[in-house]
Amino acid sequence: MTAPTRKLKVATTSLAGCFGCHMSFLDIDERLFTLLEHIEFDRSPLTDIKHCSPDCDIGIIEGGLCNAENVHVLREFRKNCKILIAIGACAINGGLPAQRNHLPLTTILEEVYHTSPGLANGMIPNDPELPLPLNKVHPIHEVVKVDYFIPGCPPSGDAIWKVLTDLLAGREPTLEHGLMHYD
Amino acid sequence: MHQVRLHIVEFRGFEKFIQGRPYWEVPVMVQRLCGICPVSHHLAASKALDVIVGAKKLTPAAEKLRRLMHYGQMLQSHALHFFHLCSPDLLFGFDSDVTKRNIVGVAAAHPEIARRGVLLRKFGQEVIRVTAGKRVHGTGAVPGGMNKSLTIAERDELLKDIYHIVAWSRDAVHLIQKVHIQDPGLYNSFGIFRSNFMSIVGHNGDLDFYHGTLRARDDNGKLIFDGVDYQQYDKYIEEEVRPWSYMKFPFFKSLGKEHGWYKVGPLARVQNCDQISTPFAEHERKEFVDYAGGTPMHAPLAYHWTRMIEMLHAAEVIKDLLHDDDLLSDDLMVEGERKMEGVGVIEAPRGTLFHHYRVDENDLITMANLIVSTTNNNQAMNEAVRHVARRYLNGREVTEGLLNHIEVAIRAFDPCLSCATHALGKMPLAVELVDPEGNIVHSLSRS
Repeated sequence: MTAPTRKLKVATTSLAGCFGCHMSFLDIDERLFTLLEHIEFDRSPLTDIKHCSPDCDIGIIEGGLCNAENVHVLREFRKNCKILIAIGACAINGGLPAQRNHLPLTTILEEVYHTSPGLANGMIPNDPELPLPLNKVHPIHEVVKVDYFIPGCPPSGDAIWKVLTDLLAGREPTLEHGLMHYD
Repeated sequence: MHQVRLHIVEFRGFEKFIQGRPYWEVPVMVQRLCGICPVSHHLAASKALDVIVGAKKLTPAAEKLRRLMHYGQMLQSHALHFFHLCSPDLLFGFDSDVTKRNIVGVAAAHPEIARRGVLLRKFGQEVIRVTAGKRVHGTGAVPGGMNKSLTIAERDELLKDIYHIVAWSRDAVHLIQKVHIQDPGLYNSFGIFRSNFMSIVGHNGDLDFYHGTLRARDDNGKLIFDGVDYQQYDKYIEEEVRPWSYMKFPFFKSLGKEHGWYKVGPLARVQNCDQISTPFAEHERKEFVDYAGGTPMHAPLAYHWTRMIEMLHAAEVIKDLLHDDDLLSDDLMVEGERKMEGVGVIEAPRGTLFHHYRVDENDLITMANLIVSTTNNNQAMNEAVRHVARRYLNGREVTEGLLNHIEVAIRAFDPCLSCATHALGKMPLAVELVDPEGNIVHSLSRS
């Protein structure tokens, strides 16, 4: 990569994910320092910046949508990022959290907060501060347009590196054999 | 001040939807609760299922391989937390420029510290990769043992770097020790509150992250219980639900809700054990205990110091294990009399982690109960937030500076809100200043 004229702004977040995709991002290891010559992080768990700047170049979304707040954050990313990438199984198809989709939400809440063993009291948390859970967990492309998808649970650090370096070089991202996997 | 609370806003319901799944899927399913320390869930579930398949004692190879995986995780998770997430606060100050107060800022101002942080984490991730098959969400442990041993090439690759890793971990302890000791006014008192504490301890009271019995002490260090077989955990611990958080509030049954809450994690473990089995970490533990003056240290910022002592211990244990030929053995599985119920407990990077399952005669899960590390710290984090808010709230306005200080206090516990809500790892924070009549005077939030 040659020296950039300006650094690209990259925002990242985890919605109903487990942070494993962010960990995989960090699995680019020392290449992080090379990447930092070309990008700056905007809103991300790695910074204390709380909202996307309006001129982000790349938004990376881990996790699907399990509550109203997830939807709100996703829309903020789509609005402010030129390119939006869905990273990992949960963002792409709901992933493991979507295994709750065949059960009524109230049944699950009852189980966890009323009938599970070792509870001193039973009640379903209902404070107005708590965002409303969605009846089902949804992949993000059902709500906003997504430009690229990087599959895997999680995709490897190498796969994430490949997509980002392709984009930085102005190439259409591609994943070769070995980097493209579903697990 | 009326009230300050840490709301946990996500809900996922793993305990319910794994019911009906075959038990052998569980170690690979439940680790998807958390990508930051997936190995903890992978191993806690495997340990519970060891009980169910009747594997009373694993083969030496299987136990050592699991330990290697777990201590690799402890190393990577502690390195991530200290270098990537906390070193910016500690090196630049809590109120410093938000655009610099991150790992990128550290890379610019202290490149060697940032480089070591990245390489320490990388080494831990590589230990996980060779034992579990991949760095995040691997498959190494199975009920009754392991499905893979180490090749000579894999072992030798790790041996090449381990001596640097031990040395850098020692330097990290000395770095945080120096930062702490230089500013006792801040580090010994920021957000401080007294509480009980709990962890598992190994043989002879050794610090042990993989296996042992439950020990709890009160705020003066006096034993509340000790030597407790964790299969009986539900006789000692109960959980309360509160309407404003999806994260439950556990407490010791014997002391009740009001007085029975406790803290877990590095600060609890390092002060709960009688000694550490590896020499460098034991030396550092003694330094810490001497500094605390023979009485338990409760300052939240002391979590950082003890976390680095644990990282050093993990590095030393990995070094010893890599010299043990059992890692190369293919004697990996045992089985025995099938049981219907099992509990697995492990010391995860953030504290004690409980997995409890019942399985029917068709091998399907019928009940699951998880108490994750951050949930054990729920009340403690709320206390820290309350103390910081009391100390730093000026007048009737909630400021960004106050939120920064609250975040620093919460971050000391290394909360994994991903695990705790069985949801995800961000820090949604809402501070509301409420007058005694319940009217909101001022509020500020971040998500």
